[in-house]
Amino acid sequence: MTRVFISRDMASVALGADAVARAFADAGCEVVRTGSRGLFNVEPLVEVESAEGRIGYGPVTAGDVTAILGGSHPNRIGDVGALPFFAAQQRFTFARCGIVDPLSLADYAAHGGWTGLDIARLAEPQAVVDTVKASGLRGRGGAGFPTGIKWQTVLDAPGGPKYIVCNADEGDSGTFADRMLMEGDPFCLIEGMAIAAHAVRAGHGYIYIRSEYAFAVETMRKAIELSAARIAPFTLEVRVGAGAYVCGEETALLDSIEGKRGQVRAKPPLPALSGLFGRPTVINNVLSLAAVPFILSAGAEAYADVGFGRSRGTMPVQLAGNVKNGGLFEVGFGITLGELVNDVGGGTASGRPVRAVQVGGPLGAYFPPSMFDLPFDYEAFTQAGGLIGHAGITVFDDSVDMAHMARFAMEFCAAESCGKCTPCRIGSTRGVEIMDRIIAARIPEPAPPTARTGTLEKALYSRSPDRIEVSPGAQTALLRDLCDTMKYGSLCALGGFTPYPVLSALDHFPEDFGAPAPIAQAAE
Amino acid sequence: MDLAAAELVIADWIDAQGDERDQLLPLLHHLQREIGYIDDAAIPFIAAAFNLSRADVHGVLTFYHDFRRKPAGRHIVKLCRAESCQARGGAAIEAAASRRLGVAMGETRRDGQISLEPVYCLGLCAIGPNALVDGRPVARIDAAMLDTIAAEVAV
Ligand SMILES: Cc1cc2nc3c(=O)[nH]c(=O)nc-3n(C[C@H](O)[C@H](O)[C@H](O)COP(=O)(O)O)c2cc1C
Ligand code: SF4
Ligand code: FES
Repeated sequence: MTRVFISRDMASVALGADAVARAFADAGCEVVRTGSRGLFNVEPLVEVESAEGRIGYGPVTAGDVTAILGGSHPNRIGDVGALPFFAAQQRFTFARCGIVDPLSLADYAAHGGWTGLDIARLAEPQAVVDTVKASGLRGRGGAGFPTGIKWQTVLDAPGGPKYIVCNADEGDSGTFADRMLMEGDPFCLIEGMAIAAHAVRAGHGYIYIRSEYAFAVETMRKAIELSAARIAPFTLEVRVGAGAYVCGEETALLDSIEGKRGQVRAKPPLPALSGLFGRPTVINNVLSLAAVPFILSAGAEAYADVGFGRSRGTMPVQLAGNVKNGGLFEVGFGITLGELVNDVGGGTASGRPVRAVQVGGPLGAYFPPSMFDLPFDYEAFTQAGGLIGHAGITVFDDSVDMAHMARFAMEFCAAESCGKCTPCRIGSTRGVEIMDRIIAARIPEPAPPTARTGTLEKALYSRSPDRIEVSPGAQTALLRDLCDTMKYGSLCALGGFTPYPVLSALDHFPEDFGAPAPIAQAAE
Repeated sequence: MDLAAAELVIADWIDAQGDERDQLLPLLHHLQREIGYIDDAAIPFIAAAFNLSRADVHGVLTFYHDFRRKPAGRHIVKLCRAESCQARGGAAIEAAASRRLGVAMGETRRDGQISLEPVYCLGLCAIGPNALVDGRPVARIDAAMLDTIAAEVAV
């Protein structure tokens, strides 16, 4: 019987993989449902097992079965791993994703699974923490805090029980690496959490998954059941979010698990000392925890040898939006933004010129192509007025209106604010209003009847709308002032970083805000 | 809402899972799955079950976007409005979907057939614009796909 491999990843299913799988089963094939390899323009992808290895075809439809089994289908790829998109990657975390059956313990063990946990459990907790420190691993959830140092704090914390919490809230637009890993290699995350539990002497863990990820919830729950004996005495459970972006913020997430409104807590106390239910808690992103099995099994140096500056190891970069080769590209830090967008991504899907990319989700900055020599590195991005965040890159072509994107950033902040502090809760709404005025004013209109001239001066702030000075220049000054207040007056990064997309749009694309274009770009 | 049914669902959940406060969100999810939405009239029962104040439960219920306090349409289309889908023409598709399905974003059609709801990212960001149609993911939505969706949710 012919064995074929077809992804069950949510993205593959959205592109029609279920119908393809059914057609192959009907044709008498043994269908193995894997995770996604991570290149979406070849999906639905089918790989047929043969003496020469797996032969890939994609994209395919349910009607293509005969042509594929006969070997004559025009979309024959051959060895999928040899495609330039995959050959150029360094897959440490995603080594198994797209290749194994995600819920097969035998597959997992056959592909190097559990080695890291076995090594860890033979060592003292302190030795495991030291290994993670030596690897240079930094938190992949956004802030880039050294994972080993966080674990050390929890290991040293008095009192118990201690908890391991996995942040799988992945709310940033343009990111899907957490989802792909949970759907494609769930045991890898479980192993990483079990290693963390051994390292800090924790007994129980939670995986907090956003409710939009129904596939990942189901796969993780099954995987936990299947591996319960392997990770015992450590135990795990899944908790499902409820559509609040701010619950990705670690302290809001803890409150949400506790059954409360997902409001951000003031720090200190650090969650490492007083986290879930007031106990010492490791809270890490999916990718941080899933990097740990490799670090333990291959050694800290193997991980730290790759990278750039203080950003060690690999980053699963996600190419999203209007990009030709959208997907997941795991690579060592240091690759430039331009290489990622143009060489790997192949430019826009629409074929029009790239105008802007947003890196790091809704709180990340917009960059113009003139900044594409920026290396992918935490420090370099901070210096350039942006952030890597969860490494999602959203590509926009030249049809984008950057003033609308700035307005959206404010609108999103207003919708998702937890309400704890004023600059974020109220400021974001004021920001939407300012952007509306800028968008209205930048279109040159005939001068309005000047009935009130000579009575009162126009002002930046006023309760009567007709007294507000609405010229783009005045409103832009007000916008900068507001962003300053939000940046320095907010408790967490939702209010504090929303100015990044807004101000970067304004700085790099002033022509969309009714101001003259910058010289360099106008000369192009 | 059938209050008696809701009470039963709540009581069964507490029996199985206990009345610790961290079970509040799982219960709200479960209740919505069983009954379709969470009526304000159920709040006193939930509060009593967890020994919380009604204000506390109301606060949690209204904080999270997922929980519905009114019945939804028979079919639910959740359309992504986030940046990566916008980069792929999401705004135009949102306007077209609203016209094609005969319901404004965030509303339920008057005949109770369809709810059109916003969602901020489904993690399918390279193949947008995306939606969940009664929970089923659909990608690369264009005019033809909207016709298919409209036909599917019309019945
Ligand atoms: C508004 C907001 C949303 C966040 N969303 C996420 C998220 O979805 N996933 C995540 O891992 N971290 C998110 N973070 C970062 C977390 O607060 C925290 O830094 C992270 O979970 C720590 O894990 P790490 O050290 O492994 O990165 C968010 C932060 C903020 C302020
Ligand atoms: S910045 Fe916004 S989301 Fe963060 S704590 Fe303040 S109100 Fe809440
Ligand atoms: S932005 Fe629409 S799926 Fe991510």
